[in-house]
Amino acid sequence: MNAAWTAVLVVGVATIALKAAGPVLAGGRELPLGSARVVNLLAPALLAALVATQAFASDEALALDERGAGLMAAAAAILLRAPLVVVLLVAAVTAAGLRLIA
Amino acid sequence: MRALFLHTAGSVLARMPDSTASTKSQSRRPGYGAGLRAVAPLLPAVLAFGVSFGVLADAAGFGATASIVMSLTTFAGSAQFAIVSVLGAGGTVAAAIVAAVLLNARYGPMALSAASVFRGGRLRRLLEAQLLVDESWALAQRDGEFDRRVMIGAGLGLYVGWSAGTAIGVFAGDSIGDPAALGLDAAFPALFLALLAPLLRNRDALAAALLGAGIAIALTPITPAGIPVVAATAACLVGLRRPAAQPSRSAEESRA
Repeated sequence: MNAAWTAVLVVGVATIALKAAGPVLAGGRELPLGSARVVNLLAPALLAALVATQAFASDEALALDERGAGLMAAAAAILLRAPLVVVLLVAAVTAAGLRLIA
Repeated sequence: MRALFLHTAGSVLARMPDSTASTKSQSRRPGYGAGLRAVAPLLPAVLAFGVSFGVLADAAGFGATASIVMSLTTFAGSAQFAIVSVLGAGGTVAAAIVAAVLLNARYGPMALSAASVFRGGRLRRLLEAQLLVDESWALAQRDGEFDRRVMIGAGLGLYVGWSAGTAIGVFAGDSIGDPAALGLDAAFPALFLALLAPLLRNRDALAAALLGAGIAIALTPITPAGIPVVAATAACLVGLRRPAAQPSRSAEESRA
């Protein structure tokens, strides 16, 4: 088995297990109130971390580049209550425009 | 297109703090179709990144079948890009696997946060959970609750787009240009911010978001990729600091 298939198999099985663990082991059950309050805060914490890393991380370094500018433009669109598709377009067009100039 | 526009706007962005109490009693819940419609604006970007994954995997000597099977089974963009870039640069298969598993480790807490809404037997829950990726998980956050059917509808759209894009990239090559030149990489942080905004309706959520972003930024230069997002989940522990429903105790604490 070559390197590609080894990676496909091992990472595939690991990813399936990571995604399934919570829903299979704890699925369909209401969480106790205290842990529910903590678990409900996973969404804002994870979303904010995704925003931060996808806009400002480049592999293992911080980077302030066109994605950050796109994010700022998107934040303005969100504050103006623009539809989601407009928010995405504003971010993409800002980043693409700046790259075109650079 | 206009209908799609309005729907997406209405369902994702216009749900600001005014609509808190009504979710439980609403008889008409958003369904699979709502998930598909919500994810539609993202599909061009997902397809484009699928194509570029196919192109890169092919260039790294992955072979057509392994590339497409990876998109069908792993179904997680960042981890797949990490694998082909590590192997393509002459790295070991162990290094590629470790990088990819670290990048996907966030799916553990993400799926756990949604676990209580999964229904049916274990096999069904296992299969449905495979449609959970960053975007479908984020789009399924509705009024502070996780909507399983929106996640499934959005996840199916992403799954088809990502896998089809990979196949196009493998077989048709670099036909649509570099997604970064089109600014498509900037669309993803914008998406997550747009989905985060309506969740920030109380102080605990705001604190968890700020702390989560802070942890991720602080760890990015000093840990392997993937760790910052996983570590950011610790920010949800701000929910422990005081019971939200007992103002008398928090008053005592603030006096101390």
